[in-house]
Amino acid sequence: MTNEEILANLKGKYPDAVVDVPELIDFTVVVKPETLLDVAVFLRDECGLDYVADVTAVDRPEWFEMVYHLYSIKDQTPEPFVLKVYLEDKQNPVLASVTPLWLGADFQECEVYDLMGITFEGHPDLKRILLWDGFPGHPLRKDFENKTYTFKQLETTRPKHSAS
Amino acid sequence: MKKEEELIEEKLKKNIFLTTVDAAYNWGRKSSVWPVSFGLACCAIEMISAAAARYDFSRFGMEIMRASPRQADLMIVAGTVTQKMAPAVLRIYNQIPEPKYVLAMGACATGGGPFPSYAVLQGIDEILPVDVYVPGCPPRPEALIHGFMKLHDEIMEQSIKTVSWYQKDQAQ
Repeated sequence: MTNEEILANLKGKYPDAVVDVPELIDFTVVVKPETLLDVAVFLRDECGLDYVADVTAVDRPEWFEMVYHLYSIKDQTPEPFVLKVYLEDKQNPVLASVTPLWLGADFQECEVYDLMGITFEGHPDLKRILLWDGFPGHPLRKDFENKTYTFKQLETTRPKHSAS
Repeated sequence: MKKEEELIEEKLKKNIFLTTVDAAYNWGRKSSVWPVSFGLACCAIEMISAAAARYDFSRFGMEIMRASPRQADLMIVAGTVTQKMAPAVLRIYNQIPEPKYVLAMGACATGGGPFPSYAVLQGIDEILPVDVYVPGCPPRPEALIHGFMKLHDEIMEQSIKTVSWYQKDQAQ
């Protein structure tokens, strides 16, 4: 099934879900955040997109953008089907987790949670994967100030008994 | 026929060697500095190379890279010390029994290197007392071995009369 056919099927099944189909290098479809899980189940079960190669996020001025690169191992699709979601609430970005559908999204959603501060509901074990709990801020956000810290400055944020 | 006194003097010359306790003791210590076997980044590859056949720092009695800090004397901090790794590095250092030495290998361990970032500790000397700094990114094995020679010089200059770890009332 080509990406165009997948999009046509998707529009037939969920006419209101698709927000935009921007002209980008990769075939990209933007859907509404609240329809993400339905769309994802449909793409996986009906359209053969059984593999998520990449889960990442972009900090735009007006919204956070979640990006999912989907492939089909079964059909050997050469091009990714890029699924995007815009999260308008920049203060408290929350989205449904796709880890129950694609297990490969597990650590990548943890990374987005860690570095971009987007919370995923329904994730089996959502935790900071690179930095520790208590680290101030989310480094991939545009408003994060990249400054150096001394060991002492971060000591109060670290887990207790991390050094003896 | 030599006199008995002359014979004794000759024997003494061949069999008795005078030195100081410090010189003999330090020579023994500097000739068996065992490093902890751990590396943090690309500097570790150069450290491994210095340990392997071509550069072979076992020539200086350092052939045993101990897997446990409790059996080691020297900590080669080879690589970038991230803020997340820093407590673990400190913990390894604290487990080394005295006398112990620290060698900061490369630009990152010395002062953060090319990473003025939230994630990287800007020099290991912020948390550990460093004895030798080896510059380079990464330093070649020759540079690391030069650092070892500097460490040997430092060990030879120490005296058991003054080092803290040999005193009766040393701080715990």
